[in-house]
Amino acid sequence: MALDKMDIAKRIAQELKDGFYVNLGIGIPTLVANYVPEGIQIEFQSENGILGMGPFPLDGDEDADLINAGKQTITSLPGASFFDSSMSFGMIRGKHVDLTILGAMEVSEKGDIANWKIPGKLVKGMGGAMDLVASAENIIVAMMHVNRKGDSKLLSKCTLPITGLGCVKRIVTELAVLDVIPQGFCLVERAPGVSVQEIKEATAGKIIIPDRVPEMQF
Amino acid sequence: MIDKTVQSVVDALEGVTSGMTLMLGGFGLCGIPENAISELVRLGVSNLKCISNNAGVDDFGLGLLLQQKQIKTMIASYVGENAEFERQMLSGELEVILTPQGTLAEKCRAAQTGIPAFYTPAGFGTEVANGKEIRTFHGKNYVMEEAYQADFAFVKAWKGDEAGNLIFNGTARNFNPLMCGAAKVTVAEVEELLPAGSLDPNQIHIPGILVNRIFQGQNYEKRIEQRTVRNI
Repeated sequence: MALDKMDIAKRIAQELKDGFYVNLGIGIPTLVANYVPEGIQIEFQSENGILGMGPFPLDGDEDADLINAGKQTITSLPGASFFDSSMSFGMIRGKHVDLTILGAMEVSEKGDIANWKIPGKLVKGMGGAMDLVASAENIIVAMMHVNRKGDSKLLSKCTLPITGLGCVKRIVTELAVLDVIPQGFCLVERAPGVSVQEIKEATAGKIIIPDRVPEMQF
Repeated sequence: MIDKTVQSVVDALEGVTSGMTLMLGGFGLCGIPENAISELVRLGVSNLKCISNNAGVDDFGLGLLLQQKQIKTMIASYVGENAEFERQMLSGELEVILTPQGTLAEKCRAAQTGIPAFYTPAGFGTEVANGKEIRTFHGKNYVMEEAYQADFAFVKAWKGDEAGNLIFNGTARNFNPLMCGAAKVTVAEVEELLPAGSLDPNQIHIPGILVNRIFQGQNYEKRIEQRTVRNI
């Protein structure tokens, strides 16, 4: 059965390693914070200027001077720090942030990502996405395998305006975990009960299928 | 001590005229110079080019200037949450230059620190790089971006002193420190203006040399854009 958004977040949370500084994008990536594995230490960075971001505040504890990049009220945890936007993107471009998790409209088999603009529709801007994808060593995309029209979002070449080239390392969808390797998308894991054939049919770009493709474990 | 204080927002904005390029601090509605924006509305200056990460909401922040059609060009990284902005952009009344957030920050910092241009990987291979110089360093491609040139920078700090030294609070810091000294005139408004000597020099985020005018702000609303709470 295909995963829901919570399950996608849960699977991505397995990628979190002890000592990681992690930047979470808006949407499914935000949910990953709910599933940090027990016994490891993680700090979340929000690019508007905080490391050590905590959960949403309790009712009545909201602080207008303490928000995340989605402009939601947040809290800070012990060990947190605040900094300006230049320092924030400095630590991103300087590769000090270990993992970036973000959503996408399209990913190509070369690891190109498009996630900021649909021609003919209203453009709201790229925010920090171009800076993040241009620099992060380790980018995981969380997205649905196909769009609402049923078209694959894993393509040989992006059709939408590019956010960054050759940057995506791993993709987690409702159907599968795939790595971007020089030959194309390499199928790593299947969602429970989803067949290799289903994943193949939902992937427009070149897909490499190893002899054995295990099911995701939760 | 060189006293940077001015008595009111009216004095603080002296010299602002139509057609100028303005920097305004803030991320969303967090840390925006509310008093300066109100005064810009009152002054009615128009044809402004505004550099700010966002463009406010319909009835607050830079949205107030948009309502009066005072902005001609908006430079920002993200401009959602504003219906009037969308209308003016789609009708062609408003020119919009979308800039990656880290690049926008660095273009301010470059102006502040006397760096005319710099190379960043952000935007390479995208339409943001169109017409810009590309250089390769150690096998990776970079886009050349130039420092901003602005007439006024309006920033908001938590505490400040008569010498123009500033301390910011939480994530209201964002772009504010980077815009100090990045324009011909920097105007800082603060929630609490203190006598020189009241702030610990070790704790100053921005030294007063980067601030030309400082004033005690009034009636801060500090509106929250996305109030989000947890239950337990």
